[in-house]
Amino acid sequence: MIARRVRLLSSIAAVLVAVACTNSFEIPIETPIRPKLDVAAFQRVLVAGFIAGGTEDVDGNLETTRLLRSQLRTKSELRVIDSDVLPLQDVATEGRNGDSGGGGGAAAAAPQIKEQKDLEAYEHVFANVEYWKRIGEEYQQPLIVTGTVLFTPLQRNQIVQREQEVYDSFGRRRVVPVRTYQERKGFSLDGRFIFIDGRSGATLHSESFNEQILYNANQTTPALSSYFELMDRLIPSFLSTLSSQKIKGTRILLQ
Amino acid sequence: MRIAALMIAVLALAAAPLAADARDDAKKQVEFGISVAQRGLWREAIYRWERATQMDPTYAAAHNNLAIAYEHEGDLMKARAAYEKALELEPGNALIKQNYELFKEINDRTTR
Repeated sequence: MIARRVRLLSSIAAVLVAVACTNSFEIPIETPIRPKLDVAAFQRVLVAGFIAGGTEDVDGNLETTRLLRSQLRTKSELRVIDSDVLPLQDVATEGRNGDSGGGGGAAAAAPQIKEQKDLEAYEHVFANVEYWKRIGEEYQQPLIVTGTVLFTPLQRNQIVQREQEVYDSFGRRRVVPVRTYQERKGFSLDGRFIFIDGRSGATLHSESFNEQILYNANQTTPALSSYFELMDRLIPSFLSTLSSQKIKGTRILLQ
Repeated sequence: MRIAALMIAVLALAAAPLAADARDDAKKQVEFGISVAQRGLWREAIYRWERATQMDPTYAAAHNNLAIAYEHEGDLMKARAAYEKALELEPGNALIKQNYELFKEINDRTTR
């Protein structure tokens, strides 16, 4: 991603030189993107909840549900259903213990999800057609959005480039790039958005995601703001699954 | 032998103005396409640039402009093909490369 941006910036620099000597015209364009999923059969959408884990500083289930609902309210034509967020982890635990997965039983508290493999124990809930069909009936057969969210702290030692002031024997100042090995801290956001047909309970579409962010180790960034920063990167892809988008940009016409 | 060489030279000289004519005609279509695209008439621009590429299939600028118009219309498959043709004709053209890079970013988003 970073490499691509660097390539893009260097090509923009080359372009600026080329523009000066070519007959070219910059023109604004709007690229329409068709939705990945045909949602014509639905008028309503229920962001049901997520099986979430990772750091305890962010409630991945609650925050993801809130964020997606607010995005869908403003950027989708579907009517967003306001309801309590489903405790899917408990539902999955009950389902595994022989209950039909109603969410109301008195099951033992589900263990904390710390890493990707912990999620696997709960994934069967998404394939429980009867459960989702029942939820669909309860909310007048909407499109159901659910999935998994794992928001975990990340620590990595890596080489970073920074600028350093140096003075030569004449006292002249220069700024030179210096590569140093540095400890970096941040977060990783992994998971899957799952779209379920509320009429049949069947999964229509699912897409996985993985985003990471790293800061200098001495920088203190609250977990919640890192979570929102990472979700910001995923939202366009999420929205383009359900509704058509127009992406604004500019291109160069040539003579 | 000398006569054959002479005939080849005559044919080459005769063909050169034809190619130049094709480029001139195509260039008029490209210029008109640009003026209508700047007024938001993208369908008309597509028609003009398609004609330009038919008149002179080696005209990279016409393929580039056509790619932009297809992109604007949401026909991403055709846009990719037109960009690739433009780059095949002029691999070192930085402007076409930049347009293609920007297009790919959007296209990747839809296929992710």
